[in-house]
Amino acid sequence: MPYTLPSVTDVLAGLTNRFGSLETSLNRGQTRVVVPEPLSFDVLAWLKDQGFDLLIDVTCVDYLEYKAAKHRYGLVYLLASTATNQRLTLRVFVDDPDPTVKSAVPLWEAANWLEREVWDLFGIRFTGHPDLRRLVMPEEFTAHPLRKDYPLQGRGERHNFPVITRDHS
Amino acid sequence: MSIATAEFGTSGPEAGARSEDYLWTLNFGPQHPATHTTLRIVLKLDGERVVDALPEMGYLHSGFEKLGEHLTFNQYVTVTDRMNYISPMANNVAWHHAVEALLGIELTPRCASIRTIIAELARISDHLLSNGAVGLDTGAFTFFLYAFYQREVIYDIFETLCGARFTNSYTRVGGVSQDFTPLVIEKIGGFLKTFPKTLDDMERLLTRNRIFVDRTKGVGVLTKEEAINRGATGPVARASGVTRDLRKDEPYLAYGDFDFQICCASAGDCYARYLIRMQEMRESLKIVAQAIENLPAGPVNVGIDQRTALPTKQQVYSTIEGTISHFELSMSNRGFEVPHEESYAAIEAPNGELGFYIVGDGSENAYRARCRPPSVLHFALFPHLIRGHTLSDVVAVLGSLNIIAAELDR
Amino acid sequence: MAVVHSVSSDRLELPENVVIGRLDSLASWCRKNSLWPMPFATACCGIELMATGAAKHDLARFGAEVFRFSPRQCDLMIVAGRVVMKMLPVLQRIWQQMHEPKWCISMGACASTGGVFDTYAVVQGIDRFIPVDMYVPGCPPRPEQLIQAIIDLQDKIQREGTISGREFDTAGRQLRKRALVEIANPLSIDAARNPNLQRELAAAADAVAGRN
Repeated sequence: MPYTLPSVTDVLAGLTNRFGSLETSLNRGQTRVVVPEPLSFDVLAWLKDQGFDLLIDVTCVDYLEYKAAKHRYGLVYLLASTATNQRLTLRVFVDDPDPTVKSAVPLWEAANWLEREVWDLFGIRFTGHPDLRRLVMPEEFTAHPLRKDYPLQGRGERHNFPVITRDHS
Repeated sequence: MSIATAEFGTSGPEAGARSEDYLWTLNFGPQHPATHTTLRIVLKLDGERVVDALPEMGYLHSGFEKLGEHLTFNQYVTVTDRMNYISPMANNVAWHHAVEALLGIELTPRCASIRTIIAELARISDHLLSNGAVGLDTGAFTFFLYAFYQREVIYDIFETLCGARFTNSYTRVGGVSQDFTPLVIEKIGGFLKTFPKTLDDMERLLTRNRIFVDRTKGVGVLTKEEAINRGATGPVARASGVTRDLRKDEPYLAYGDFDFQICCASAGDCYARYLIRMQEMRESLKIVAQAIENLPAGPVNVGIDQRTALPTKQQVYSTIEGTISHFELSMSNRGFEVPHEESYAAIEAPNGELGFYIVGDGSENAYRARCRPPSVLHFALFPHLIRGHTLSDVVAVLGSLNIIAAELDR
Repeated sequence: MAVVHSVSSDRLELPENVVIGRLDSLASWCRKNSLWPMPFATACCGIELMATGAAKHDLARFGAEVFRFSPRQCDLMIVAGRVVMKMLPVLQRIWQQMHEPKWCISMGACASTGGVFDTYAVVQGIDRFIPVDMYVPGCPPRPEQLIQAIIDLQDKIQREGTISGREFDTAGRQLRKRALVEIANPLSIDAARNPNLQRELAAAADAVAGRN
């Protein structure tokens, strides 16, 4: 018998009370809530007060080639509660030319590196982030490699190094 | 890029003071024996005391997530092997657990038990190496050799099971690549008999060793609130008193059927993390023993009608459904049906919560395969844990966090 | 060691317990049996490298067990695991810090060719950027394979000899090294001067032309 997650209907009702009606969906027991970008920080802060104290992950999906997608980037906040084991997924959609979201670092220290990674690989700016530098790519790198318009093999950066031969060393 | 002095004052409350000119900067890594693999820390020292640390990663970033968008669900398992390479089996299980959550496949009881067994064996081998490395870094070389010898025994079991000793690529969508043979069960039984004795020996070597205790007790203390706020999971969080373990909290696979306990401590220091790992190995042994004892009979892969796992040769040759299913799965333009959906599923990997956020777009490749790596959040803890301690504590803290660069950078 | 200064007659009179050989092969013999590996372990292969040195496989049986983590003390670099863009300058720096004579083993598919990681960040074979003496296939190679590679390298060292005298040309090497020592900003290097990039670009152009 597969395990099903605890229901979050009371939290959703509270969310609707507090922020008006939000688009929600359910897939195999996982509840997703779509939050408009200006509200994202307030919703996260409210949810943290409601007991979702563990920020599991912050990531992003680039919907450039996705069928019937309305927005370019969809941020994903995965929240969990250590007391009740509920889980909740928050989606925040942003678009080019300047995708920007308010940073969650004031709420969770865990968001610090996760948001840096999203900035590095997707180029989404987090306002209010204390230290928004690239996390995994070199500082000099200019592209954001996980965007769908960036090729898998890159644009030749990986070959751009001096060659040391036997005579040189 | 140049290996230049990194800028301070960008992170941490203590940074940024002006009168710190007498402090000196030490570059640690990216090629250093105690980093085990490739990570870099720039330390700011006052004599021998660490004032601040600036961790840097990315020295092994190989584009795993980008690659996940170009490989099919079954092919990508080879890449997950190389993610946390001290317990590849646990990564295999995590990946296909997430894929099956997306596709809505329910495993056969035998498969669930088999995956539980190999995930627990992987946990043992992971904890052996990470504790062995803590011992190695704090000067206990014999302990490391004991640990590595037992890892070789587990390697041998895996090699008998699937032909590869180290990068196994064992799971498949809806099943596993090889069923357990009597020889495998016999070897696991032998391991269950001999390993507790070695574990006792190892505990006698290190647990009350004065030098080891002095170097790890009270070092790198993480409180419960900090652990939750900074997203720690797994042994690191449990050593700080967070009673979260997905095996109990969200019983996946066959964990709901077995009797075992969650190991927790409240001290939150390096010594507590070491003890948690030692104790978890014993609990894993209990799980493996129960699972081997009650291994369900029956097929190991899901049925033909699910159209995800390859049918056996006998089914292909003797039934029409088997032939059709084999054909559908082998043709490049067919394959199985993937919904236009997104889902996240995680398992309790040896290092913490290892999950995958997968976006399906109808094709056999994931549209996006995000890995939630525990190591990133644990490495982000590092400056917080090391401030105020001495330079020699750096290796103890790093070892006890068990940071694996390939999982860190992906 | 006794050195015979002048040979007057065509038949050499030797005392007992003296063997004649070339000085060259003596030096090579010493070198091959005292390899000090420098483990440049980045990824999965590093764990197998540890297994090679640990209890069961025990590299010490072949005279190459003195792992030293300082490049100044080593003469054999074992690159175990994939090398990515951010790591390559570090690898080159460490290679240059090692003293002649030195050798390099590229362990595993990733270090030799990039392996399964044909992605934007991974260097497609370290031999594009530093010299390599021995390739070990496998992903990761078994410890036995690595041991075989070290034995083969020992044969190669014996055959190669010191005849080139490359390691004695200190002044010239220093000059050449100085020209390379500032690997400051790889992305700003002129593409026109980089043979690897040119080759890559030409191959891409050919592929496009072939498709059209």
